[in-house]
Amino acid sequence: MKALNLLLGTACMASIALAQAAETLTVATVNNADMIRMQRLSKTFEQQNPGIKLNWVVLEENVLRQRLTTDIATQGGQFDVLTIGMYEASLWGDKGWLAPMKDLPEDYDLDDVFRSVREGLSVDGTLYALPFYAESSMTYYRTDLFEQAGLDMPEHPTWTQIAEFAEKLHKPGEDQYGICLRGKAGWGENMALVTTVANAFGARWFDEKWQPEFDGPEWTKAANFYVDLLSKYGPPGASSNGFNENLALFNSGKCAMWVDATVAGSFVTDTSQSKVADKVGFTFAPQEDTDKGSAWLYSWALAIPTSSQQKDAAKQFAAWATSKDYAKLVAETDGVANVPPGTRESTYNDEYMAAAPFAKIALESLKQADPASPSAKPVPYVGIQLVTIPEFQAIGTQVGKMFAAALTGQMPVEQMLTAVQQSTTREMKRAGYPK
Amino acid sequence: MLTLKQSRRLNTLVVGLFAWAIALLLFFPIFWMLLTSLKTEIDAFATPPQLIFTPTLENYLQIQDRSGYFKYAWNSVTISFGATALGMLIAIPAAYSMAFYETKRTKGTLLWMLSTKMLPPVGVLVPIYLLAKQFGMLDSRAVLIIIYTLINLPILVWMIYTYFKDIPRDILEAARMDGATLMQEMVRVLLPISKGGLASTMLLSLILCWNEAFWSLNLTSSNAAPLTALIASYSSPEGLFWAKLSAVSTLACAPILIFGWISQKQLVRGLSFGAVK
Repeated sequence: MKALNLLLGTACMASIALAQAAETLTVATVNNADMIRMQRLSKTFEQQNPGIKLNWVVLEENVLRQRLTTDIATQGGQFDVLTIGMYEASLWGDKGWLAPMKDLPEDYDLDDVFRSVREGLSVDGTLYALPFYAESSMTYYRTDLFEQAGLDMPEHPTWTQIAEFAEKLHKPGEDQYGICLRGKAGWGENMALVTTVANAFGARWFDEKWQPEFDGPEWTKAANFYVDLLSKYGPPGASSNGFNENLALFNSGKCAMWVDATVAGSFVTDTSQSKVADKVGFTFAPQEDTDKGSAWLYSWALAIPTSSQQKDAAKQFAAWATSKDYAKLVAETDGVANVPPGTRESTYNDEYMAAAPFAKIALESLKQADPASPSAKPVPYVGIQLVTIPEFQAIGTQVGKMFAAALTGQMPVEQMLTAVQQSTTREMKRAGYPK
Repeated sequence: MLTLKQSRRLNTLVVGLFAWAIALLLFFPIFWMLLTSLKTEIDAFATPPQLIFTPTLENYLQIQDRSGYFKYAWNSVTISFGATALGMLIAIPAAYSMAFYETKRTKGTLLWMLSTKMLPPVGVLVPIYLLAKQFGMLDSRAVLIIIYTLINLPILVWMIYTYFKDIPRDILEAARMDGATLMQEMVRVLLPISKGGLASTMLLSLILCWNEAFWSLNLTSSNAAPLTALIASYSSPEGLFWAKLSAVSTLACAPILIFGWISQKQLVRGLSFGAVK
C-alpha cells in the first residue's frame, strides 16, 4: 500500500512538473533591431514568470509573412505569439483568426497608446494586436549641404519645393545625389512611397465604387512627378533601391535628401553607422495639393492566433513586451533613444525628446496619420500607403513592378498607367468588387 | 616553330590556366561570403567594396549568442543523414528489381517517378501541412525526414539504377549458383561492386537534404529547425545585416563542404563510373 501511495505521489508530482513545463510559448518575429532586442531582454520576463518559457522563431519579413499565413489559415497552431503588421491585423482579425486583446492587465494603460495606431490594429472597435513599435514617414536632409547652397528647408515642404532643392543639390560628379527614394518593386517597398506621393497630389487607389483611378489626372501628375524626380536627381540604379539601400547611401553621405520611414531616424543619427550623423535635419514628409495621406502609418504588433493552446500566457507576454515597464527596461539597459518608438504617449517624455532629435517630427506625423481618411477625396478603403483588402498584396506588387519599369525607362509613364489601370480593374473584377 | 613537345606543354598550360580560372570563378562567391563574414556591418555595406579591413569574429559570436548554432546544426545532421539512410534503404531494392528483372513497364515507371520532381512544391504545401498537423508532426524532425526521403527518392532510384545496369548479370548468377541467398547476393556481391556509385548517390542525397529550404522553413518552427531556417532568420528589410548573414551562411555550408572535401575521391569515382562503356 505504502509503495502504491509513493508511486501515486510521484506520478502526481511528475504531472505537476509536466504541466509547468508545458507552458512553452513559441514567439514568431521579424529580424529587425527592436525585435532582436526584445528577444534578448525577454529573459527578464522568463525570470519574472518562471512558469513560462519562450521559444523564438526569427524570420525575414517576407518569409515570416508566408509562414504565418500558412499556419493561421490551416489553424496549424505552431505559434502562440505572432509579430504582424497593420495589414494582417485587420484582415485576420476580421476573419476570426486572432484572439481579441481584452482584459489586459490594469497597469497596461491602453489609453496611453496612440489612437491612430490602436485604430489601425482594430476591427469594428475590437483590438486584435498590441503595438510593439509604429512608424510614419518623414523627410531627412543634409543641413550642411543646405547651408552651403543657401537653401532653407520649410517645416512642411511641398514636393515641388523638394524637386527644386534636389535640382540644386544634385552633383553626380561628386557622388552626391539630389534625392534618394524607394524604387524597388513591392507593395511594401516602392508602392508605400509612391502611394503617399499620389495621396499628396490628391490621387486615390479606388473611387467609392472600387473603380481604380490610375487613368485620372491626379495619378498622371503624381506618377510623372515621381519618375521624373527620381530619374533626374536620384542615384543611378534607383529602381533597385529599397529602404536598406537608401539607408546605406544616405549614411555614406551620398544623398542630399531622403523621404522614408521615421524608424531610420535612430540609424542616420547613430555615429557608429552613419558618416553624416551630426549633419542630418528632419522635417515632415512632403505634401502637394493636400497634406492628407502624405505620410504613412505602419506598426509591428504582437497578436495571438485563436489556434494557440496557451492564450493567457501568450497575452501575458504580449502585454509585457508592449508595456511601459518594457520601455523602462530598454531605457535602462540600452539607452532611452532605443525605446521602441511610436506607440505610447508616455515614451515621448523630455528625456527621450532630448536624446532623439527626430522624435518631435516623428511624433507629430504619427498623430496626424489617419488611415480611415487617406486622400482628399472619399475612399471605400482603410490604409494610407496600402489598401486593407486581401487582394492588395498581389495587386500592389504588380503595380510596383510597373512603376519600377517606368523608372528604368522600359515603359513611358502614360503607357504604364494605362497598363496598371487595366490589370487592376481586371483583378478587382475577378475578386468580385464592388462588394 | 614549336616542337611537338613544346606544343604539348603549351596545351597543358592553357588547359591548366583555363581550369584554374573556372575553379576560381566558382569559388569566388564562397570566398566573398567568407570575407564579408569577417567584416563589420558598415564595412560590409560600403561602396565600393573594401578589400582591406580589420577582420572581426564578432558576427560569429553574436550568432552563437543569439541563436545557438549547434542546435540547428544537429537538426541538419540528423535530418539529412536520416533521410539519406531511409532513402537508400528503399532505393537499393527498387533499383535492383528494375535493373535485373526488367519488365516492359520499367522504363515508363522510371520516367513517371522522375516526373513527380516537376511538381512545384508550393502546390502541395497546404495538403502536406494539414497532414502533418493531423498526425501531430509539425515542427518534428520525423516529418522532414519523410518528406526529404520522398522528394529525393526518384533521383536516388535513377542513379542507383544506372550503376546497377553496368554490372554484368553473370556475376550475380554465379553467386546464385554458389548457393547465395538474395540477401547474401545483395550484401556480399552487389553492394561491394557498386560501392563508388552508391557513395556518390548518398553524398548527393545528403547535399540535397542539407540545402533544402522550402519544406524546412514551412514545416518547422523552433524544435526541428535546421540550418536553412537559421539563415532565413538573419536577413532583414530594415537595418544592416550582410555581415551576419554571410557569417551564418558560412557556418551553414562549412560542415557539408568539409564532408564533401573528405569524400571527394568517392564522389569523382562515382560520377565517372560507367562513363566509358
